[in-house]
Amino acid sequence: MMKALVRFKKGILDENPIFSQAIALCPVLAVTTSIVNGIGLGLATLAVLMASSLVVCFIRKWIPPQVRIPCFIVISATFTTVVRLLMEAFFPALNEALGIFIPLIVVNCLILARMESFASRNGPLTVAFDSLGMGLGFTLSLSLIGFVREMMGFGTVFGVVVIPEVIPRNTLMILPPGGFLVLALLIVGFRFIRKRGA
Amino acid sequence: MELVLIFISAALVNNFVLSRSLGICPFIGVSKRLDTSLGMGLAVAFVMVLASAITHTVYNLILTPLSLGYLYIIVFVLITACLVQVVEMYLKKNSPALYKALGIFLPLITTNCAVLGVLLLNIELFAGSLLSAVVHAVGAAAGFTLAMVLFSGIRDRLAYSPVPKIFDGIPIAMIVASLMSVAFLGFAGMINL
Repeated sequence: MMKALVRFKKGILDENPIFSQAIALCPVLAVTTSIVNGIGLGLATLAVLMASSLVVCFIRKWIPPQVRIPCFIVISATFTTVVRLLMEAFFPALNEALGIFIPLIVVNCLILARMESFASRNGPLTVAFDSLGMGLGFTLSLSLIGFVREMMGFGTVFGVVVIPEVIPRNTLMILPPGGFLVLALLIVGFRFIRKRGA
Repeated sequence: MELVLIFISAALVNNFVLSRSLGICPFIGVSKRLDTSLGMGLAVAFVMVLASAITHTVYNLILTPLSLGYLYIIVFVLITACLVQVVEMYLKKNSPALYKALGIFLPLITTNCAVLGVLLLNIELFAGSLLSAVVHAVGAAAGFTLAMVLFSGIRDRLAYSPVPKIFDGIPIAMIVASLMSVAFLGFAGMINL
């Protein structure tokens, strides 16, 4: 149990997928033009990560090592299809905004990395907490980037205006260059805080 | 004429790396040297174009008539994985030098989101025309290779620059990418497809 909780904390802080490991960056840059998009894609990824990691964890003994990567990909593709159909049915607007990035969850490096390096070697409880930690770490990072970009680009938070109209909006922040820039500065900020804390 | 526009749009205006934010992992990871980024670009280009032709045909001739359209994610990923495997085996036997040069990057193409991104966009934008889809893939591949090569040139110089320690590695690369992306914004609005 203790080990499981340590994994949970690691996923959010020490091994944060985006700020510390800098993996799975494509969806991060493309969809984080608002907080809602960030949270939506983060939770969708969390669901796929959790379900596929648990399946890998339960059937790992029957997967021949030579073909494990194709097996992992088929498992995550299955859950991505499920999540996509659910999103289309229950959150059509969000599904529209995220576009091809929902099907692209299947090739998210984070999911494959966790299946390969963790889920195929550990027990179900640890795996569940590891995916939860990694998934939440991913979601929180996405929301943070979305928060900064939405506030600077549109002057809003969750669609509510927080910066008075007289201050001009920086449209560059919601365009692709802003994504690269905000991510770079947040990684620097994350490193700075971790260094001060250590 | 329309095909030329599709090509330019995919390569420059909607550059896959700098405007659509697809394929960032190899863009950041493999771009430290010019020769590896060129090799990676060409390998991705090959898989992209071939996979586009195959998935587009499979989607239109098999999945849609059987109303199995919702299975496209699994089918596309499996086709890409098989194709990468075939390319890998072929190169290993017939061109060991190129195989060695590409190394680990070859199997990683399967999980390159630029490749799957092209396949998904083909279905979304050019569902009716195989030729447009293939030209779109060629343009995307050209844009990907162009971005990789330009970026690796800058990173070569970056290695000798006095970068503050806290910006070292990913952050400074991201800032460079951001400036390149601003430059590519100049193409925006040139073509409306």
